[in-house]
Amino acid sequence: MSAITVGRPVALRRPIYGWALHDGFVVARRNLIQTLRVPELLFFSLVQPVIFVLLFAYVFGGAIPIPGDGASPADAANAYRQYLMPGIFGQTVAFAAAASTVGLAEDMSRGIIDRFRALPMSPSAVLLGRTFADAVRQILVLAVLSITGLLVGWRINNGLFSALLAYALLLFFAYTVAWVGAWIGLSVPNPETANTAGLAWLFPLTFLSNAFVPISSMPDWLQPIAAYNPISTLVLATRELFGNPTGIQPHYWSLDHAVLYTLISCAVLIGIFAPLAVRKYRNATSR
Amino acid sequence: MSDKPAVYAEGITRTFGDVKALDGMDLVVQRGQVVGLLGPNGAGKTTMVRILSTLLRPTGGHAEVAGFDVVKEANQVRRMIGLTGQFAAVDEYLTGRENLRMFGDLFHLTPAYVKARSEELLTSFDLDDAADRPVRTYSGGMRRRLDLAASLIARPEILFLDEPTTGLDPRSRLGMWQVINDLVADGTTVLLTTQYLEEADQLAQNIVVIDHGHVIAHGTAEQLKDQIGGDRIEVTVHDDATAERAARAMESVISGHPLIEGNKISAPVSGGSMVLVGAIRALDLAKIEITDIMLRRPTLDDVFMSLTGHLAEDETQRPEPTRRRGVRRR
Repeated sequence: MSAITVGRPVALRRPIYGWALHDGFVVARRNLIQTLRVPELLFFSLVQPVIFVLLFAYVFGGAIPIPGDGASPADAANAYRQYLMPGIFGQTVAFAAAASTVGLAEDMSRGIIDRFRALPMSPSAVLLGRTFADAVRQILVLAVLSITGLLVGWRINNGLFSALLAYALLLFFAYTVAWVGAWIGLSVPNPETANTAGLAWLFPLTFLSNAFVPISSMPDWLQPIAAYNPISTLVLATRELFGNPTGIQPHYWSLDHAVLYTLISCAVLIGIFAPLAVRKYRNATSR
Repeated sequence: MSDKPAVYAEGITRTFGDVKALDGMDLVVQRGQVVGLLGPNGAGKTTMVRILSTLLRPTGGHAEVAGFDVVKEANQVRRMIGLTGQFAAVDEYLTGRENLRMFGDLFHLTPAYVKARSEELLTSFDLDDAADRPVRTYSGGMRRRLDLAASLIARPEILFLDEPTTGLDPRSRLGMWQVINDLVADGTTVLLTTQYLEEADQLAQNIVVIDHGHVIAHGTAEQLKDQIGGDRIEVTVHDDATAERAARAMESVISGHPLIEGNKISAPVSGGSMVLVGAIRALDLAKIEITDIMLRRPTLDDVFMSLTGHLAEDETQRPEPTRRRGVRRR
C-alpha cells in the first residue's frame, strides 16, 4: 500500500431502472463468466437433451402413435419427430431449474455470499442475477437443440415470427422455473442435497404432461392434471407456434388457450416464488 | 462524518439454540484505532464481527458502527465497512481483476473509479501478474490478499478482519501484517480478531480479551502484561543440584518465590535491567557458573493463562457451535 494515487470513491448515480436490476446484471455477468470458465459443464448440459432427441426420435418414436397423423409407419415416425421436438424443448427449459438450485446452494455454502451480504447492494440481486443468467444460458441450449432437431427431420412450418414467439415463450418459462429452482436451492441444507432436490420435482412434472405422449392417451382421471400442468400448455403452445402436429386435444380451458394459460402460469409462479426466495435469501445466514 | 466512535456496542447477546455465543459483550473502538479482539476458539469473536458487519442480528443489546445502528441502518453501515473473514470471500472462477470489478460495481461506484482503484490494489497487493488468472489457481496467501483487496475497493473507513492470518504460512502472515500496518498508518480503523497472542501484540494498540462471550480484560499489551506482574528473571545453570544453591544466592535480588525446574530458576523481580547485574554478581560471588541468564517481560500467553486459567490455543475441550461451515437458516 505504498502509493495512494486514486482519490476518494466516486459513487454512481442511481440508474433509472433501479439498483436491483443494476446489481442483478452485475451478478448475472459473474454467473455467465463462470459458465464460460467451466466449458465441460456447459458441454454436458447440452449433451443430455441432444441424447434425448436421438433416443426418442429413433428408439421410442415408432412406438408412440400420434392420434390423427400418419398413415404409413414411416409417416408416423416422422410425425412423432415433429411432435417430439417441442416436448424436448419444454422439458429442457424446465430442467434448467435444477441448475439454479445447485448453483445457488453452492453459492450459499461459500464465503462469497458473506461478502455479497455485507455490501450495500440490492438484496434481490444475487437471485435476479442467477435466474437471469440461467435463462440466458438456455438460448445456447435451445440453439443446439434446434439444430439437432433439424438434423433428425424436425421443421419450423409457421414462419419466422411465430417461431421467435415460441422461443421467447420457452425462455420466459425457463426464467420462471429458475425462480422455483432458486427457492429450492435456498431451502436445502447443502449442495449435495440440492443435486437431488433440484431434479426430484421435475421428473413427475415433465412426464405428467404432453411432452412425449398425447394427453388423450392418459387415463381419464389423469387428463385434467396433465392439461393444467403449465408444461403441457407450454409444449402445446410451442407446437402451435412452430406449426408442428399437436395431436387431438381433449377440451380444457388451459389447452384451448395454451399461450395465455402459459403466460398466466409464469406470472403466478414468479409472483409466488420470487418473493419467497428473496425472503429466504435475506434471512439466510451462512455459518 | 460525526465524531461518534467507529464501533460502539453495548450488552450484545447472541444465542444459537441454547448455546450462548455472546453474553453481554461491550466494545468501543475509537476512530483510527486498531483493536484486537483476542480469545480462544468459540469465545465469540467471529459472532461479534458478524453482528457488527450486519451479517447476523444480535439476540439482544445495541450496536452502532460509524454511528449507524447495525440492525435498523444496516445498509448505511455496509457503505462504511470492509470485511475480510476467515474464508476467502471471492469468486473462484473469476480472475482477480474481475472479482474486484464485480465488488466495485456492487458498491455502486463509477466504472472509471473501480478500474483505477482495482489497478492500484492489484499492484499494492503484489497481484499484478496473477490479475488475469482465475482465483482457483491462486495460493492461499494470494487469495487472502485478493480478499482483503476486495474489502478495500471502496476505501472503507472501518475494516473488520476476522482471523486475517489463520492458515497462512509464516511468510504470508508477515506480508499480511505489513499490509494491515500500512492501512492503519493510512488512517483506517481496524477491528481484528485473532487467537494468536503474538498477532494481537504486533498489530493492535488496544487488546480486548474475550472468553465465553464477554470481555474479561482490555488495555494495551503493556497494560495487560503489567496486570499480572512485572518482569521475571530466568537463570539456567549446569545441573539440577546447583539450581538450589543458585536460587539461595539470588535471594537478595529477587522479589518473590523462585520457581525451580530442573536446572532452570525463574523468579519475579522488580527494578529493571539492573537486576541482571546484581544477579550475576551474586552468582559469581557464590562461584556458580551459569549457562544462560535473561530478564523477560510476561507474554500475552502468561496474561491469558492468568486471566482464563487456560492457554489461548487450547481448542480441545470447547464445543464449536458458531463456526460450523455450511448454512444456517431460520
